[in-house]
Amino acid sequence: MSTTDAVWSEQDTTPGAIEEAMRHLVAECHARMEQCVPARTLNLVCVVDREWSGEIANRLRRVGRYHASRTVVCTVDPGRRTIDAQATVSVEGDPRAGEFAAMRELVIVQVGERHLADLDSIVDPLIVTDLRTAVWAPHGHPEAVDALTTGRAGGDPLAQVVLTDAVDEPEVEAALARACELANRSEVVDLAWLRCTPWRERLAAAYDPPARRHELHTLSKVSVRYRADSLVSGLLLVGWLCAQMGWRPDELTRHGELLRGRARARRGEVELRLEPVDGMSTPGLAGVETRSDLGTMLALERGEGGLTARRREVAKRGEDVFEHVWTVLGASRGEPGILGEGIRHALMVDPTFKPALTAARRLLGERR
Amino acid sequence: MTTTAAGQTTGPEDNPLIEGLERLPVHPTALVIFGATGDLARRKLLPALYNLAHEGALPERFALVGNARSEMADEEFREMAIGSVREFSRRPPDEKVLAKLFSDVRYVSGSFDADGVYEGLATVLDALDDIAGVTLNRCFYLSTAPTFFAVIVDCLGRHELADRDGAAVRVIIEKPFGRSLEEARDLNARVLSVFAEEQVFRIDHYLGKETVQNVLALRFANNMFEPLWNRNYIDNVQITAAEDIGIGSRAGYYDSAGALRDLVQNHMLQLLSLLCMEPPIAFEADAVRDEKVKVLRAISAPGPEQVPDMAVRAQYSSGIVAGEEVPGYLDEEGVPEDSTTETYAALRLEVHNWRWAGVPMYLRTGKRLSRKVTEIAVTLKPVPHVAFQSPQMSTGVRPNVLVLTMQPNEGVSLSIGAKIPGSRMAIRTVNMEFLYGTAFLSQSPEAYERLIIDAMRGDATLFTRNDEVEAQWRICDPIVKAWETMPGPLPQYPGGSQGPEEAHDLLIGDTHLRMI
Repeated sequence: MSTTDAVWSEQDTTPGAIEEAMRHLVAECHARMEQCVPARTLNLVCVVDREWSGEIANRLRRVGRYHASRTVVCTVDPGRRTIDAQATVSVEGDPRAGEFAAMRELVIVQVGERHLADLDSIVDPLIVTDLRTAVWAPHGHPEAVDALTTGRAGGDPLAQVVLTDAVDEPEVEAALARACELANRSEVVDLAWLRCTPWRERLAAAYDPPARRHELHTLSKVSVRYRADSLVSGLLLVGWLCAQMGWRPDELTRHGELLRGRARARRGEVELRLEPVDGMSTPGLAGVETRSDLGTMLALERGEGGLTARRREVAKRGEDVFEHVWTVLGASRGEPGILGEGIRHALMVDPTFKPALTAARRLLGERR
Repeated sequence: MTTTAAGQTTGPEDNPLIEGLERLPVHPTALVIFGATGDLARRKLLPALYNLAHEGALPERFALVGNARSEMADEEFREMAIGSVREFSRRPPDEKVLAKLFSDVRYVSGSFDADGVYEGLATVLDALDDIAGVTLNRCFYLSTAPTFFAVIVDCLGRHELADRDGAAVRVIIEKPFGRSLEEARDLNARVLSVFAEEQVFRIDHYLGKETVQNVLALRFANNMFEPLWNRNYIDNVQITAAEDIGIGSRAGYYDSAGALRDLVQNHMLQLLSLLCMEPPIAFEADAVRDEKVKVLRAISAPGPEQVPDMAVRAQYSSGIVAGEEVPGYLDEEGVPEDSTTETYAALRLEVHNWRWAGVPMYLRTGKRLSRKVTEIAVTLKPVPHVAFQSPQMSTGVRPNVLVLTMQPNEGVSLSIGAKIPGSRMAIRTVNMEFLYGTAFLSQSPEAYERLIIDAMRGDATLFTRNDEVEAQWRICDPIVKAWETMPGPLPQYPGGSQGPEEAHDLLIGDTHLRMI
């Protein structure tokens, strides 16, 4: 597969000059190969430390087909006072007659810390208007995120979506508080939340057959196991269950590495447990187990080719216990794929995230 | 009752966990494929199942049972299924998912009319229920030659496999659904003597294509088209399904079917229905299908004497495609030398209702044409007066054309007049393009993936209802019968061309056939 690039760069430049260059590059690329057309789905603005920008570039390259239409990478060089920029429009592959290929548009802008509080004034001309815009700042830079997600003089903000990964934050409480603050003014796509999605789907499916739905309302215990750095994913999953089931969670208490607590449901209490595990290669959850007052148990664990599911139930009469084990099929998208999923989800709204986030904060004792 | 944090009120019979999920759960299901070693199963169905599994979209508990005449053990069927996925899947398979998907497949060999097959299936399906610990829904997929559809359905009924307490039983029937109106009616009667209509899912895989469904989105999610979508503004509609390939190795099937049965009776009439239907009350099976059937019923069935004026057939002769010489239809392997089967069909239809009266609808399909394209072109009437006109110069104003392309470049294009830069008011047609592949991050699933999961879910919106298939045949049957009485040889068109000259005879007024 070949790649066709059109490149422009300039030192000590201006946003207006970069925008003009992008227009010319798109036209040049289309003129060179008529089948090359601009994609128009999503702008992605990344704010990254200059010294780690290579790693971020690698992550962006691996998102595969879920790349944004135009990616604007703002690399932050602390002492910089001027703006340098490089713009690239590329097309992968050799489309045959009658086929087309979508352009990839990348703008790398080197800015200083002094630019961050007003980053929106630099980024505004660089993004494609009327498209949804997501901002991703994996190295922090909250002032830049605030500038992009808060409208000037009461106007609309430049970015509507914040892409974040609460797992990257050193303090879980602070990560959830920040996500909550952002969710009050933007849509938040948290990769830690997306890592819960297959588990949410499986739990929903396990209780979806009409004969099992009543069992959902008899749950008495929920246990979640997570990789040590992914407590936030565990909290969000339990928070989601609390929010969707209408349970009122109390603050969890710590017993060594184990977090334990209760949630009040209409028909009684639900015991909650969150426990870290060792030996997981990727962030996220390791397993979920639910038990009900009816004596049934459902356990989901990471396994080969999907999740290994185990269900135990007691016969209506007698002491017989039946256990079924099966695989719920699904390929692991792997950690490189999670950023692509995040970009894809920037186009969607998940009404259950914010309630799950609020409930997760309650589990940590936050009452507001 | 419980209120979720997102504001939904739920009761004990509800599942509040499905709120906000992109993929909704599907009830645990056992899928039985009749004809499981055939071409369709190998190329489409088994790879579709794999891709559903890869994405985690299959039911939580899923079991697959294959049936065909070939004797083989479960293990051999497993190997065949795995091989099919490796060869035909749209994505390279994840070996762990692939192995798990087919790890417990079952195979019941025997002919479709053998009682032993159904006894064997009943035993296997009951065993799968026990293993799953739940009563699995059952889907019977008839991926066989059409002559076996009724046979299999009869046998399923006779062996009490057509319904089941506590679970849904569904039957998925491939096309073609009959070769004539009479056959379609007979088949419907036999199928509906065993299954209720809501259990029957007649496949027209065009309806599973995202871009075909996009016709509905374009029409009913945008206010700008509806005011124009009628006889007052639309001059004509041209629906084209052109292929650049010949019949390949399908001579046996194709020569007994022809272009009209192969594409017009089903796919192209579906496109016409979607284009012309009134807005449905909801995107639900019967609401959508009621409106489609109304369109089909508004198209008059032609009398024998009308057929030559509204329908054209032809065969491809030798020609040049992509710089290579290609044989004519009659020289293709397996085609009788005196065959009168059409490889090209074009019709002019009219929808006799308030919205569409007087608007000609041209449908054409053919093999070995200049390129592969499936599209609907809606040509608007010209503007009533062109103020820029001068005796010295034509302004170049042309009617607007809205083109919905299904393949290969899925998208929508609208031609509009724009001024050529310069001191004179000269107009040139330019296109506003929307290309599906550039506007969404998601990759479109294969049509069969969507249709299989819809059938398992019991959603028949994208399947053809009994009255719909009969309404389609009511239009095409008189044409088939009239052509059968007409002697050959058929008009010829060179391979790689735009089709036969005779197709232009269908045109009325100032209409031009669009270039393929």
